[in-house]
Amino acid sequence: MSTSSAQSHYPSATYTPTTESHTLSVLVDNEPGVLARVIGLFSGRGYNIDSLTVSETEHESHLSRITMVTTGTPMVIEQIIHQLERLVPIHSVTDLTVDGNPLERELALVKVAGKGDARVEALRLAEAFRAQVIDASTEHFVFEITGRLNKIEQFITLMQPLGLVEVARTGIAAIGRGKEAM
Amino acid sequence: MAREMTGAQMVLKALADQDVEHIFGYPGGAVLPIYDEIFQRNDIQHILVRHEQGAVHAAEGYARSTGKPGVVLVTSGPGATNAVTGLTDALMDSIPIVCITGQVPTHLIGNDAFQECDTVGITRPCTKHNYLVKDVNDLARVMHEAFYVAISGRPGPVVVDIPKDVQFASGEYVGPSNVKHKTYRPTVTGSQDAIRAAVDLMAGARKPILYSGGGVINSGPAASQLLRELVRLTGFPITSTLMGLGAFPASGKEWLGMLGMHGTYEANMAMHDCDVMVCIGARFDDRITGRLDAFSPDSKKIHIDIDPSSINKNVHVDLPVIGDVGHVLEELIRVWKARTPELDAKAIADWWQQIEQWRARKSLSFRNRDDVIMPQYAIQRLYELTKDHDTFITTEVGQHQMWAAQHYHFEEPNRWMTSGGLGTMGYGLPAAVGVQKAHPDALVIDIAGEASVLMNMQEMSTAVQFDLPVKIFIVNNQYMGMVRQWQELLHGGRYAHSYTDALPDFVKLAEAYQCVGIRAEKPAELDDAIKEMIAVRKPVIFDCVVDQVENCYPMIPSGEAHNNMLLGNADEGGELKDAISEEGKVLV
Repeated sequence: MSTSSAQSHYPSATYTPTTESHTLSVLVDNEPGVLARVIGLFSGRGYNIDSLTVSETEHESHLSRITMVTTGTPMVIEQIIHQLERLVPIHSVTDLTVDGNPLERELALVKVAGKGDARVEALRLAEAFRAQVIDASTEHFVFEITGRLNKIEQFITLMQPLGLVEVARTGIAAIGRGKEAM
Repeated sequence: MAREMTGAQMVLKALADQDVEHIFGYPGGAVLPIYDEIFQRNDIQHILVRHEQGAVHAAEGYARSTGKPGVVLVTSGPGATNAVTGLTDALMDSIPIVCITGQVPTHLIGNDAFQECDTVGITRPCTKHNYLVKDVNDLARVMHEAFYVAISGRPGPVVVDIPKDVQFASGEYVGPSNVKHKTYRPTVTGSQDAIRAAVDLMAGARKPILYSGGGVINSGPAASQLLRELVRLTGFPITSTLMGLGAFPASGKEWLGMLGMHGTYEANMAMHDCDVMVCIGARFDDRITGRLDAFSPDSKKIHIDIDPSSINKNVHVDLPVIGDVGHVLEELIRVWKARTPELDAKAIADWWQQIEQWRARKSLSFRNRDDVIMPQYAIQRLYELTKDHDTFITTEVGQHQMWAAQHYHFEEPNRWMTSGGLGTMGYGLPAAVGVQKAHPDALVIDIAGEASVLMNMQEMSTAVQFDLPVKIFIVNNQYMGMVRQWQELLHGGRYAHSYTDALPDFVKLAEAYQCVGIRAEKPAELDDAIKEMIAVRKPVIFDCVVDQVENCYPMIPSGEAHNNMLLGNADEGGELKDAISEEGKVLV
């Protein structure tokens, strides 16, 4: 049976790859190098990181929570979770996307410079998006905006013609719905 | 329990508490306090290697042949970077290693100090876990954790990087019984439901096959016994990966030989045509599966593995059983016996008949000659003349390694040490040194290629110094044979840099190392030469001059399926040129 080798033998051809975006919550010991282990795993095995946020969330037990958004086929997502679980300082890996529709928020700082009508329009749009002005002069605003990814994307797009000069974003923090902890 | 001592004393105390008897290492500035402790104690023997890579491979050989973790001690900077190949090798083949590296004093870390390197940064992707110990009061705990991590779950190498000032500092020692790892708890017992479902699937099989791997060896001798019992109970045919040879005896009638790229015709055809595949402690590596979309297309696959990340990595499996092979097999056998399922005897007899037809192709046969030693013949004679001894075999990497796997037959586990995953040329000689240290009275043979063995030839000096009578059996065709084979199949016979001009005279080289050199050039003199090698109670370099252009068959060409093998004798000539497709050429 010598079929034409249209595909290499590495990716499985019996499987049609449709990529999905998943939000993972990873609890780790807050020790030196732990983030490098996670990042190195992703770069070494060719996985994607779309967003990453890290902070110590339980000070007494020195636990940090890493929230990451990654994309891949279901087989790759399963691999990512198992590979993360294999890292020794990792306590738990939770796929928030599989467990339900998680609450996801991101914070962005958006600097807009300009005068006249554009400046007025920027401020009006900021109010509509419930963005706060946290710094201002007669020639600029810095807005603080919090929300889901698409809200922030939309706000930034709207600011583009109004004198957008700089954006800083935190990446997504996520938590599951309901009274239970993960 | 706690006792005050220096960091260097803690290292030695922890090794003693972990029942370590031998360590392989090389001194240097940043580990001198630990060496000073070794000098002052005599409960742990240090084997001085000639290169740090050799230290890790020796520890790997030691670990594989005993089931105990191997321990390595090297200095900072170049000591640590030289160990990287060995660590990666141990990670790929799941060998438990604890590697202690010296580091520059903590106040110099990050200053580009002399012999400084970012050891934990460099070794992070090539170890199971690693530690930089900055406080002497953490050192004892870290040492015990390192052993726990190295041997638990899927075994692997662990690095403990210890700055020189921490080795000098005093702190409190804690014993191993007071240390419990915070997070790492691998699953060892398989789920009952999964095991029952596995028995159901196996009981209904018409064309079953067992495919075992290095996980069976790693699980311990009991797992090999359980595997044998399972085969006896079910009567299923069994094949194994390179890493799993010896778990099931090669003399067993259910044994099909090794599978994969250079596996037997019957093993690969049975894998392709089976309806139920039970993968036991193996990982569907690309050397095994060949072309993935044509891999065993009609089978239900059961996968027993201790590492959840091995499941569904390359091949979709229908029934994963996460757990230690030994535990899972014990339970599986219990359930099987309790149920005593009625197998479809007719179907299984037909299946065996089919397998016998494949076996009749005699895929390992070769054209022997009487004017020149054929490499396969050399291995066959070596096997016949050494099989009744207490023999351990290590190999380098290449054609000779595959011929050894095909023509040397193993009856017991832990007798076969080879670099499978990483394919490290230069593994075999230092590994043999480690094996011989663990088994001083055994016959330890490194089946080598002349190119590979030169990569760590300096370890002959270690063998001589420590009176380790390893036998280096060089299958010498003057080529990097596997490279040449691929150049022949893929690159129009343009043998770019695969011929070694100016090889040393291995007999004289042996004499230079103060060991024994033996050469055989004709088939007629081979047996006597091998017997002479066995009889010598010193390290031997055996230069077995073989046919230069013999290729290793059978072979699944890269990018092809199991049922599309090249059988050497049948396919010689024109067909080989086109055996590998354009797409296959980009694969390794």
